[in-house]
Amino acid sequence: MNTMVANKAKAAQPQGAGPAALKVVARDVNVHYGQKHALKGVSIDIPDRSVTAFIGPSGCGKSTFLRCINRMNDTIANARVDGSIKLDGADIYDPAVDVVQLRARVGMVFQKPNPFPKSIYENVVYGPRIHGLAESRADLDAIVEKSLRGAGLWDEVKDRLREPGTGLSGGQQQRLCIARTIAVEPEVILMDEPCSALDPIATAVIEELIEELRKDFTIVIVTHNMQQAARVSQRTAFFHLGLLVEVDDTEKIFTNPQDARTQGYITGRYG
Amino acid sequence: MTPEAIRRLKRRYAAERRFKAYGIAAMTFAAAALLLLLVTVVGNGYTAFWQTQLRIEVFFDPDAIAPAGTTDRRRLMGADYRTVLLDAVSARFPEVRDRDGLRQLEGLVGSGAEVQLRDMVVADPGLIGQRRQVWLLAHSDIDMLIKGQTRLGDGARVTERQAGWLTALARGGDVDQFFNTRFFTGADSRDPELVGILGGVVGTTFTLLICLLLAFPLGVMAAVYLEEYAPKNRLTDIIEVNINNLAAVPSIVFGLLGLSVFINFFGMPRSAPLVGGSVLALMSLPTIIIAARAALRAVPPSIREGALGVGASKMQMIGHHVLPLAMPGILTGTIIAMAHALGETAPLLMIGMVAFITDIPTDPLSASTVLPVQIFMWADHPERGFVEKTSAGIIVLLVFMLVMNASAVWLRRKFERRW
Repeated sequence: MNTMVANKAKAAQPQGAGPAALKVVARDVNVHYGQKHALKGVSIDIPDRSVTAFIGPSGCGKSTFLRCINRMNDTIANARVDGSIKLDGADIYDPAVDVVQLRARVGMVFQKPNPFPKSIYENVVYGPRIHGLAESRADLDAIVEKSLRGAGLWDEVKDRLREPGTGLSGGQQQRLCIARTIAVEPEVILMDEPCSALDPIATAVIEELIEELRKDFTIVIVTHNMQQAARVSQRTAFFHLGLLVEVDDTEKIFTNPQDARTQGYITGRYG
Repeated sequence: MTPEAIRRLKRRYAAERRFKAYGIAAMTFAAAALLLLLVTVVGNGYTAFWQTQLRIEVFFDPDAIAPAGTTDRRRLMGADYRTVLLDAVSARFPEVRDRDGLRQLEGLVGSGAEVQLRDMVVADPGLIGQRRQVWLLAHSDIDMLIKGQTRLGDGARVTERQAGWLTALARGGDVDQFFNTRFFTGADSRDPELVGILGGVVGTTFTLLICLLLAFPLGVMAAVYLEEYAPKNRLTDIIEVNINNLAAVPSIVFGLLGLSVFINFFGMPRSAPLVGGSVLALMSLPTIIIAARAALRAVPPSIREGALGVGASKMQMIGHHVLPLAMPGILTGTIIAMAHALGETAPLLMIGMVAFITDIPTDPLSASTVLPVQIFMWADHPERGFVEKTSAGIIVLLVFMLVMNASAVWLRRKFERRW
């Protein structure tokens, strides 16, 4: 089958998948949107400082689960989440948890680049400013440079930090959103199909960036593009009809899936 | 292509051309109506900015003004300037001796001239006992004749004899037109030659300020709550329907509400801009709420998610991102509501802002009137002189509206450019 993909997956993970510390542990997570049972009993372990990819056909619940990890589903009026999701051993749905603090620890990058209609500089400093991470102007400047360098955007925009972020190209906007996210120094970054609105070249840049970012962050990425999952991730989870069908090392999923549905999806029989 | 298809295509293009022509026709009609309105109003009104005056030598007779020799202000204000004025006019035309003639002479200068003399003496009591050449305000009927608004004979407001005296005066260069500053610095009066619009302008300014200060924050906060916080259930549905209904309630009903609630129940002063502004605020609220909700809904969800995604609280999301993005739309709704409030007359009649007020209001609690009501009252007067004043009032109202809207649009632009 997909040997080329499998080779790339291997190349992206030279050191092999050793047992790593677990960052996020989910047990029996169910999500209901009103009467609709969107996510059914999902249990998954997400290792620290690695890339975990969620794949699956449209409407399979992968984005729903992703949005549970930083409680973005709270903003949907009739969504109900049960089960437990632990971040570093602490339940994030505990009533004592402050959702604003949680989202500072678990950042999110969205499908469509959504920079604020403000300057590039303001986009990056917004998070640090509301969380009080910077004392002075110089601190903010330092955060901006560090974050934009981290997102691989510094050299392209350093001379026009005061220009609106919405004036950048799509790929640059998405990297600006990544810079905005890493500016608050989260521990986990959730990416919801971050490349689906981008051209192949911008996609390649983002993928390289993800490879860089996993040195410092735990990354969970939802993607429709199986090659992308194979290229960037160490672990892959396959969702189907609200169920987590299979989760394993990426290499294994793409070369030797255990479940017939996974096999069918990655070979393109449906999806 | 088959001939059938070509024919169909031709028909389609013809239909499109007709469709466009209908649009152009509608535009032309609207523009023509507007032009007609402007031409009528300006044509009738521009003459009100000038006033005819007659130069006559006045003897400030001490016997008439200060018979006891006292020159304190109160006495001077109440002195008999009519005699002084009549003596001056009849001295100019000594050949007129008959009663009817004297009455007609008196008709050359209106009571405005009396007020003029009084103001002169009060300002400078040293004038008493002196002779001065004074430009006196002509009676409004004379004013109309000189300006060509009326002609001799029709309605016989000005007699042949008066016309003869005017010709005599004009020959000596003693008839002229001056810029009517009083119109821009005075308040209402019974005499068309003395009326001013400033009272209405100040009243309108106070009223609209009160209206804006009440309606804008209330409307925006209500819209933010309904759009961002309120659960979507039957209760909020009912509230929404009722807000839409309120926007359609006839304005006179709001006037009745203001009368019974603000004046009768809360005991607020009658005829005051405070009450007028409150009533207009109630009237503007639904419009502002509806516009603000539409503007808030139009803010893309991706911006909200982006803000929440970096850990903004809901209030920060609204305050830092949603409201600023919605502000141009909210301002547009507010401009429409305020322009509507500016032209509103009916509810203000109910709360007594239709009173005859000759002082310029100094604060939102003093009795005052507003521009549209002032225009309404002038239009009600029978004197020919009020026709041009009515039109001039409309011109001032339109200018006021233009200035208000232009500044709002400028504000909106400034807001949009911040991004």
